[in-house]
Amino acid sequence: MEHLLQVENLVIGFRTAKGTSQAVRDVSFSLEEGETLCIVGESGSGKSITSLSLLGLLPENGDIAKGSIRFKGEELVGKKEEALRKLRGNKISMIFQEPMTALNPVFTIGYQLQEPLIIHQNLSKQEARKRSMALLAEVGIPNPKEKLDQYPHELSGGMRQRVMIAMALACEPSLLIADEPTTALDVTIQAQILDLIDDLKEQLGMGVVFVTHDMGVVAEIADKVMVMYAGEVVETGDVKTIFEDPQHPYTKGLLAAVPNVDDETQELSIIPGSMPSVDDEIEGCRFHPRCPFAMDICKQKKPPVMNVSENHSSRCWLQEVNNHDKSTVTS
Amino acid sequence: MTNQQSLLEVEDLKTYYPIKGGILNRTKANVKAVNDVSLEVYEGETLGIVGESGCGKSTLGRTLLGLEKKTGGTIHFRGEDIGDLSEKKLKKYKKDMQMIFQDPFASLNPRQKIGNALEEIFIIHTSLSKSERKERVRKLLTEVGLKEEHYDRFPHEFSGGQRQRIGIARAIALNPSLIVCDEAVSALDVSVQAQIITLLKELQAKYHLTYLFISHDLGVVRHISDRVLVMYLGKTVELGTTEQIYNNALHPYTKALLSSIPRPIPGRKRERIKLQGDLPSASNYPTGCPFHTRCPIATAQCKEVVPEWREMEAGHFVACHEI
Repeated sequence: MEHLLQVENLVIGFRTAKGTSQAVRDVSFSLEEGETLCIVGESGSGKSITSLSLLGLLPENGDIAKGSIRFKGEELVGKKEEALRKLRGNKISMIFQEPMTALNPVFTIGYQLQEPLIIHQNLSKQEARKRSMALLAEVGIPNPKEKLDQYPHELSGGMRQRVMIAMALACEPSLLIADEPTTALDVTIQAQILDLIDDLKEQLGMGVVFVTHDMGVVAEIADKVMVMYAGEVVETGDVKTIFEDPQHPYTKGLLAAVPNVDDETQELSIIPGSMPSVDDEIEGCRFHPRCPFAMDICKQKKPPVMNVSENHSSRCWLQEVNNHDKSTVTS
Repeated sequence: MTNQQSLLEVEDLKTYYPIKGGILNRTKANVKAVNDVSLEVYEGETLGIVGESGCGKSTLGRTLLGLEKKTGGTIHFRGEDIGDLSEKKLKKYKKDMQMIFQDPFASLNPRQKIGNALEEIFIIHTSLSKSERKERVRKLLTEVGLKEEHYDRFPHEFSGGQRQRIGIARAIALNPSLIVCDEAVSALDVSVQAQIITLLKELQAKYHLTYLFISHDLGVVRHISDRVLVMYLGKTVELGTTEQIYNNALHPYTKALLSSIPRPIPGRKRERIKLQGDLPSASNYPTGCPFHTRCPIATAQCKEVVPEWREMEAGHFVACHEI
């Protein structure tokens, strides 16, 4: 079956003064229509870079060194800028963390909303204006007519993020990439935005790649979860499995380190140390210096991705100890 | 938390920022960042202050430390009125009251070694000799989980978590009794955040510190606080023990806030109290109860009359007509 999005063995390098450093190391995943994949990780895990690369939006000094990104079977790696531009905001859209930096401060909301409609859908100005008004209403903005003529600075953070979402959805994309879209928002507003993205996903049947560091948000919105650490995918599974039966020590640590609002007696567990920097070469497993279960093999040999069950995999040598009779899949 | 000695007593505290305009640059209106806040902070406790951005929680913390000028009300520290002291007289108290900021990197000089930056505190506030000062700094560094050899490093050589440790070292250097932590762990990754929370708790137990823990993260606040204060648009809406606030919230805003937090339990049915709209801007202050524009149970009375700050049960205060 053809996947909506299929990423295989993606390697992204950054050219720095010290040489090339690998920010994303051999990442593979796939996404179907109507599905939400959450990419979770702490800063420096490579989650944002992975999401940016999907649309060819890597910074100047970043390159996809290896691997493939296929959208509905079409290869995106190596595609010309012009061809990518036809996809952006049309078939694939993106929303960012800070809507104020993503919106142009000198143009009205209406102008910015109409732009993709005029470019991608050949609508006339009047039609585009009508459609943008409907879009603003759809994302829950009161008085859409009035808002069309306002500038980004006149809106609150939550409203700006709604405008961004309206822009992203203008051409009814089949894939939405959301990079920490609610991180800068207050919880009451975050709740509104998460509901909105979830409702629209159902309505339009889009696939959503949602990048976040908040485990609570993951539990709310994800179908599938991919946990990243220091540029690598360490565990993937459906959302229930990841929360109820995590296998990788990092996933376990991450879940136990989040202070729970419903638990007053919780003892926070600590993952010692901090995330290695991208150009730190670590022998063996990249997590072993912080891992409480590290064995000798972890210091010497890099663990392959091992299947725990059909849709659950973990990059950890412990898997081999746990179920040595199951077959292993090397990546 | 009863029968405790109060360290800080605040009454009717107001911090307004004027909005100026017109040809004569007259004050047209005020942004009421902190509006009639009264509270007591007990010795050795952690008082969590929560609320959304713009609710005045940071301004409250800064006003208490004298970093913002108050517009009205009184602040008593250990029984003494410190609200109207001159900068010079306040210096004595500043040693006793410290602050930990969200981004310690912004408050460090990038060209100054960490050891020298920390040493400056002792140059200003003590009469120790150079070798004694160095010794104190080294002790401080190990106290917060850094190494002595970090003395000669520059700020950029530290990770986010380590920089926050430096911020903490600076705050505890003069053995203060009160520390205001303003979003001290908000910028950190969860694994590092847990380390810093644990460090703060250890230091509190060791030195009998009192914390005002300002944060928008209700999970972290529950974890660290003895009592919690909820603010909305410069007003206090609810105050109680952590138990009272999290298990028996009374104010509709507190309830909505708690129900909005995404819980790390997949498939859990959402029973959110949805708030409509955004926080009104503080310059366009609603009449009556500040929350009535978004409140699901607001009545006509709420639009007109400011609700009183009432004690519902021992230590549990709330400002709402409908309770």
